[in-house]
Amino acid sequence: MTRQLELFLRVVDALSSLRYRRSLGDSSLDQRVRLLHSLERAPLLLIRRGVWGLRTLVFMGHYTQPSVVDRIGYRARAAGWDARR
Amino acid sequence: MTALSRDVVIIGSGAGGGTVASRVARLAAQGHSVLVLEQGPRFRDDEFTGQEVEMAGALYADRGGFLTADGTMTLAFARGYGGSTIVYTGTSLTAPERVIRRWDVPGLTYADVVERSRRYLVENNVHLLAPDRLNDNNQLFLEGAGRAGFRAEQFPLNLKGCRGSSLCNLGCPNAAKQGTNRVQLPNAERQGVEVVTRAEAQRVNERGVTVRVTPVPAGAKGLPSEWAPGDYDITAKLVVVAGGAIGTPSLLLRSRLPGLPHGVGRRFTAHPALVLVGQHPRPISNDVGHPKSFFVDRAAEERFVLETCMYFPFVTAKSLTGFGPDHGILMRDFSRLQMILVLACDRAIPGNRVTVDRLGRPVVHYRYTPEVIDAIVHATRAAAKIFFAAGTLRVHAPPADPPLIEAADRERLDELIQPRHFRAGRISISSAHLMGGAAMGRTSADSVTDSWGRVHGVPWLRVADASLFPDALEINPYVTVMALADRVADGLLSDFRSGTL
Repeated sequence: MTRQLELFLRVVDALSSLRYRRSLGDSSLDQRVRLLHSLERAPLLLIRRGVWGLRTLVFMGHYTQPSVVDRIGYRARAAGWDARR
Repeated sequence: MTALSRDVVIIGSGAGGGTVASRVARLAAQGHSVLVLEQGPRFRDDEFTGQEVEMAGALYADRGGFLTADGTMTLAFARGYGGSTIVYTGTSLTAPERVIRRWDVPGLTYADVVERSRRYLVENNVHLLAPDRLNDNNQLFLEGAGRAGFRAEQFPLNLKGCRGSSLCNLGCPNAAKQGTNRVQLPNAERQGVEVVTRAEAQRVNERGVTVRVTPVPAGAKGLPSEWAPGDYDITAKLVVVAGGAIGTPSLLLRSRLPGLPHGVGRRFTAHPALVLVGQHPRPISNDVGHPKSFFVDRAAEERFVLETCMYFPFVTAKSLTGFGPDHGILMRDFSRLQMILVLACDRAIPGNRVTVDRLGRPVVHYRYTPEVIDAIVHATRAAAKIFFAAGTLRVHAPPADPPLIEAADRERLDELIQPRHFRAGRISISSAHLMGGAAMGRTSADSVTDSWGRVHGVPWLRVADASLFPDALEINPYVTVMALADRVADGLLSDFRSGTL
């Protein structure tokens, strides 16, 4: 799994270099988003799956951090309604 | 290898296995030995923390990331004392008459399913939530559906002492949900049924079951097994397989039993689902209160069902397509989000099935038919209409391109949401309604079991879970699983009484 992910990131980097003459990390936010959007719609299922897997891992790392969860206003608690009164 | 002997071995402790265990517990009281094997652990009540990744890792197969063979659908099923009843929302619906008729299983009548379902509606304290316990996420669905011309119905729920944590899918932290872990399994154990956790059935054979009991992994939640870790060879008069629509066919296939019907693994259906998100101009109550109180049933007419839902930040983020600002515009303020779950009512087709790999692990093959894609598209349009009628500013609809639809475009939904935008692998499709794989029917030529869960040609082997469904149920399945498991238990008791076993 890790090897597949590394390989996929290299492919994305290479595509970024081809399109923008910059690696993914060095391209602008707008360029990154456009590239990833196009890959998300790629005709090849393998590419779409790669993008989906990558973003799933990124979101898992980001949206499970307590500081992020607090910042976006997610407040579910075991105490449920009692915690809101 | 430790050799043991039991009269009845039940594999799985969810809606199917837990029900059989409870119904045949009288055999234990009469001196027969009844054993339940559960692959996952028992959890202490204080271990249900509601933390998303932590609980998904503890409760779900593959930490919640079990994928179909082509990687385009995530299948959610739990392992633990109570099986997937630990993580469902407790929505308790009885099978539709049209579905039972369409199944056309000899001996299985709608009246029988209704009567047996009723028993579990009572036993599990099923009722409607009072209006003052409904949150905005649910109320807005009800109001939006009414304004958009859809009839929303309230889900009966199997709760006792619900505090509205909204964390049902991560295991209720308040022991309120009346799953088999709260009702049927404790009842069975009180009468002498033995339940052994962390015990994975490796194979079934003519003599019984080979089982591997595993120790608690370092740092893992859950209690140690009741048995010492190691391999066990358990002889049994009768084996009931209730490992769910993935676990049961894969166990049967890797067991390579002589005479097993060829239909094992076939007729798999899943109600493919996707989460839609709408954004309101103001905060609403969404992450407090029961998450799933209403639904719109269009299964008979348009082959889809819409349900209220509320997921956790990571699952929500994963469910949205896109990156950067388009994604962040919704995720930056969770309190303004309304959610609807779209379920397509798929049909059993030849290619959609469960197989096993060289190591005997399950592999699920699933292809989205044009009918399923059409159902998802129609359901998404209907959900978007409900969102906008409820007052959302924008809706995220994955089968649209771009997926973010603003209120100003609400009259163009049919044009924007199109089958051609449905790209498997781009859209997060998931399923928690796994069905089929050991279907009931007439003979071994068209099915795996009869209507009592007896495997054709293998008299000592029974199936008692959602894998019995010959086709999709078109509603939330657990009550029907219990009703069918109740039949299997009756057949088993009858065989014991008559001395067949």
